[in-house]
Amino acid sequence: MAASAALLDDPFIPVRGQAAIPLDELLPWAAFGVLIAMIFLYFVSTEQGAYALFDGMYVHEFVHDGRHLLGFPCH
Amino acid sequence: MTGKLLWRGMLAGIIAALLATLFARAFAEPQIDLAIAYEAAHAAHHAGADEVELVSRETQKGFGLLAALGLYGAAVGGIFALTFAYGYGRIAQIGPRSFALVMAALAFVLIVVVPGIKYPQTPPAVGQHETVGLRTAAYFAMIALSVCAALIAGRLRAALVGSLRGFDAGLLAVAGYVAVVALGALLLPAIDEVPVDFPAGLLWNFRLASLGSQLLLWMTIGVLFGRWAAATLEQGR
Repeated sequence: MAASAALLDDPFIPVRGQAAIPLDELLPWAAFGVLIAMIFLYFVSTEQGAYALFDGMYVHEFVHDGRHLLGFPCH
Repeated sequence: MTGKLLWRGMLAGIIAALLATLFARAFAEPQIDLAIAYEAAHAAHHAGADEVELVSRETQKGFGLLAALGLYGAAVGGIFALTFAYGYGRIAQIGPRSFALVMAALAFVLIVVVPGIKYPQTPPAVGQHETVGLRTAAYFAMIALSVCAALIAGRLRAALVGSLRGFDAGLLAVAGYVAVVALGALLLPAIDEVPVDFPAGLLWNFRLASLGSQLLLWMTIGVLFGRWAAATLEQGR
């Protein structure tokens, strides 16, 4: 353990003296972050593909190459 | 602390997406162009061969690609940071940079490699328009299956670690993950829509470039976020 710690030179740093970030501090940020991420991912992966909020194909065509690259079904 | 980590995760994701975009521009775009040329030559994929171009190829290859990967990077970077904030010191008491790098490698395997074995990335001209709903649902199901199986495997390891050595408990947990994913993949619908005369070399090159850019994306997030998280933790000490 000591040998690998010296090799990696990356010791555990306590969180303000505690072992981990308290859950009640984490939760509101988690809700906010996951919501934003879901909206972003929806537009990259699904909008005007399997499902559409807006008419037309502009969003689909705009993110077209990225959608193929990330493995999301495109058309 | 969590807020700071979240913003840094999203920023790391955006920078990682920038690098992935450059990689994809160099290695994936030539394959996409070839696939579109194949599609145009056959003109069987879309009903009308000469559709009006809504977005020019130049925009798709440039700003469109960057925007798509940027949104993806910011999203996964944010979720990565939140997972880090939860797991750091909880799942393992190891250094922040090591933890971030291990997490990034794990995310690449769970989210990209394993779902891609069942449903590989496909260039344009592969895939029928009518089945896009089914294919999207099946792909998301495969990603969810992989992530859930990994969470179950983690629980399994924790439950076994009292009666077995940690290493053996880990091996059993990995075996459990593989078994659950293999069973689920067997049950999910098979999708094979590659045209019979689609060039095999083109398909391989595209998939390799896709894997390469996503590996670059995840490794950049792991390295960059690890640095920033270590600095954040040092400050808060």
